[in-house]
Amino acid sequence: MAQKKNIVELEDVVVKFVGDSGDGMQLTGTLFSDAAAIAGNDLATFPDFPAEIRAPQNTIAGVSGFQVHLGQRKILTSGDLCDVLVAMNPASLRSNLKWAKPGATLIVDSATFEEKGIEKAGYQTNPLEDGSLNGYSLIKAPISLLTMESLRHLEIDKRSAERTKNMFVLGILYFLFNRDMEVTLEFIEKKFKSKPLIKEANQAALKAGFNYGETIEAIKSTFRVGPAKMEKGLYRNITGNIATAWGLLAAAENSGRPLFLGSYPITPATEILMELSKHKSLGAKVFQAEDEIAGICSAIGASFAGSLAITTTSGPGFSLKSEAIGLAVITELPLVIVNVQRAGPSTGLPTKSEQSDLMQALFGRNGECPAIVMAASSPANCFYYAYEAAKLSLEHMTPVILLTDGYIGFGSELFKIPDTKDLPAIKPPIATPNDTSFKPYRRDEKTLVRQWAHPGMEGLRHRIGGLEKTNIDGNVSTDPLNHQLMVNIRAEKVNRVADYIPLQEVMGEDSGDLLVVGWGGTEGALVSAVTHMQQEGKKVSLAHFNHIMPLPKNTAEIFSRFKKILVCELNMGQFVNYLRMTIPEYRYHQFNKVQGLPFHVQELTDAFNNLLEEK
Amino acid sequence: MLENKRIQTSSVELTKEDFVSDQMVKWCPGCGAHAILAAVENVFPRIGYRKENFTFISGIGCSSRFPYYVNTYGFHGIHGRANPIASGVKIANPDLSVWIATGDGDSMAIGGNHLIHIVRRNIDVNILLFNNQIYGLTKGQYSPTTPMGQITKTSPQGTIEHPFITAGLIMGAQGTFFARATDNNVKLMSEVMYEAAKHDGTSVVEILQNCVIFADKTHGAITDREHREERQLFLKHGEPMIFGKNKDKGIVLKGTGLAVVKIGEDGITENDLLVHDQYSKDPAIHRMLGRMMPPDFPVALGVIRSAPFATYDDLVEEQIEYAKANSKIQTVNDLLRSGDTWEI
Repeated sequence: MAQKKNIVELEDVVVKFVGDSGDGMQLTGTLFSDAAAIAGNDLATFPDFPAEIRAPQNTIAGVSGFQVHLGQRKILTSGDLCDVLVAMNPASLRSNLKWAKPGATLIVDSATFEEKGIEKAGYQTNPLEDGSLNGYSLIKAPISLLTMESLRHLEIDKRSAERTKNMFVLGILYFLFNRDMEVTLEFIEKKFKSKPLIKEANQAALKAGFNYGETIEAIKSTFRVGPAKMEKGLYRNITGNIATAWGLLAAAENSGRPLFLGSYPITPATEILMELSKHKSLGAKVFQAEDEIAGICSAIGASFAGSLAITTTSGPGFSLKSEAIGLAVITELPLVIVNVQRAGPSTGLPTKSEQSDLMQALFGRNGECPAIVMAASSPANCFYYAYEAAKLSLEHMTPVILLTDGYIGFGSELFKIPDTKDLPAIKPPIATPNDTSFKPYRRDEKTLVRQWAHPGMEGLRHRIGGLEKTNIDGNVSTDPLNHQLMVNIRAEKVNRVADYIPLQEVMGEDSGDLLVVGWGGTEGALVSAVTHMQQEGKKVSLAHFNHIMPLPKNTAEIFSRFKKILVCELNMGQFVNYLRMTIPEYRYHQFNKVQGLPFHVQELTDAFNNLLEEK
Repeated sequence: MLENKRIQTSSVELTKEDFVSDQMVKWCPGCGAHAILAAVENVFPRIGYRKENFTFISGIGCSSRFPYYVNTYGFHGIHGRANPIASGVKIANPDLSVWIATGDGDSMAIGGNHLIHIVRRNIDVNILLFNNQIYGLTKGQYSPTTPMGQITKTSPQGTIEHPFITAGLIMGAQGTFFARATDNNVKLMSEVMYEAAKHDGTSVVEILQNCVIFADKTHGAITDREHREERQLFLKHGEPMIFGKNKDKGIVLKGTGLAVVKIGEDGITENDLLVHDQYSKDPAIHRMLGRMMPPDFPVALGVIRSAPFATYDDLVEEQIEYAKANSKIQTVNDLLRSGDTWEI
């Protein structure tokens, strides 16, 4: 039966798994990605799931997806449109077909396309039969039925058997991509160690799917994505949220300051809280507070007591923390506030990504209230920016707001594992016990940073708080000129951090027709789009920012060398307006999108070309 | 001097002067807070911990200026948030003796959520809750403990809100320690503060405090010279509940509630009276004692409840010690290399 199929070599490929919330698409996607990574592909992934845990079955609201982009070249994004769409029911096909490339391979569980399911998805006729999918390479496989069939030899209940259909489809994919099943078989072995029957069922379903792929005629050719050329080293796959948690743990270890996290669960930031909760063996103290305010306030208390204090949240929680951020600013205590941004306002689109909290991070507090604001720009570099956020906060005695977003927080990519010894040292300005010259607001002349004395330290008893205080002594003061002085000092202290952050880099020529400017989680899409332009010979470069307050010192100088500047962000123009305010001498064009979706490379290159053509 | 498994005791004898601050105390003359400050300065040397280990945390309000007026480590926070700030301090460093100065508005209105949760968790801190039944610093609006019907700046026809009974709120939140004192009794305040320090867990000390400006004599029905002996019951562990000018009244359990009886009447003797058990884990009697008020009952003062339960901060330390002893992940490098990794 099995026939020889020809193999098509692919530079890169985007595969999307979609199904009902309970169909196990996240796990299927993750296992497929891990197998690809172990085979040497570079990759980026992104899960796409509804806010509801189990929305009504077989409805569009209940569709859960997982996209992976893998390749034998450097992979920067999880991909715009997919080459292969795996759809487990009519609703998932209907809601995701728009994300498939023309001519894409569709693998569909045809057994679910019965009258009721088709109707629930909102189709008038069966799309598998009405010719509407003629432009695609359609593989109709009755996956649910075949799965049951393949487990007939096992004495397993119907429900458990049905649940292995994701393994069956994974088997088809492994055949389609010429992948080795071994890693996944081992995973199943470990995961279901205590449930031999479930283990056997999953392994049987996986193998059955693979064999099925081999036999059906609908699969005429298979794909091969060869290993990517990557720097030698030890790698793992990592999501932005886990990388953030680990970067903070590394900072705690290297600074000698115990980690304290005060936080409250909120999508899409909860993974950081859950991850840090696991690492008590590293001394991490994690306090799941009664609300967002208690989360940050407990962190401020822990900071006063000498910890590397952190609070993690997303937009709505970030709003609730505003007053307390002001308290950390005026007391001049270190504190890292991680905001994994999501689409707002209010509850907005909790599981969708956006960059619309920048203005709030910069200015959303009462009073003159400066804090360091920075942003990570890929899942893996969340590790390094979380580390740097902690370093700057501890060394400059000021809150740091680290912006990531749902896209890089949930998304994953390969991470070259560093040695913590190679990370920059962190040296908090801790006061010396019994230093008779100690004053709570005496400052280092160069950095304007005060010293940090913790309760318990001998001979340094002092009081700090949210009232304005005199410089040096720190006594409560309502003196007008003192207030002006303290406002100036707090601003200048943050401005001087510019001396301690790297200069802004430019990707491409350092002058040209167009400078594309971005910040934060859009880096992958912007690099892809700008690279594309450069390959076409256009004089386009990219300045992608990770440091926003303060800006790198060479920012204005970079802007001066380009004819046009285009600032691209997933908001209505927050960074661009910040630039108009802080470096007003240049004209900034803007390209914005607020759909809860990442940029697509195509829409970016279109925008670049349009601007280049404009006279 | 108190012995504590974590908090270091002072190697030298401390006096009141060790805790007097150099700042001008700016409470109104006659404010009850002055007496509370005196009680703290009195009791800290007696508690005897190393002076650097005392830490005072506060929120906002008249009460919350307290940290500036006592020479310890101190932190003046934001409105309602003293309890979570203090939670962070104590969890981060369980070797500290953490004290919170807060008021009825700060802790039961804007910070109400935090109060019930710190109490529920039983974090080992001591809360001095200054209850003057009014917002003082904003000049006289009603608070969550203002008696119903009272005329204030925001209730010109009288409040229409049912006030909290602090003891009921604390014990409803599974509080392990509750004590009550009046601001005109420095000795009693010092005693209950000492007991609060001794208790492992969240200790709430309600101080019935007078606000001379906006709620003068708000606790007059309890504290006035002509009433106090008939309306104050001083609880002592292991002793029968007796009160009254002539020590001839007592509290008994009657049906499902408490009742006041006269010793010598209807054959009642001291042996019939309830004997105070502050350490009882069952809060039923403590709840009833906490809710007693005139005119039918005296107000219970002293330590009403001091029940032994595990503290949050101890359990944190235990989990960390266990994880450190049993986990393969001892450094961040171990963590980075755990799970699925591969060489390229």
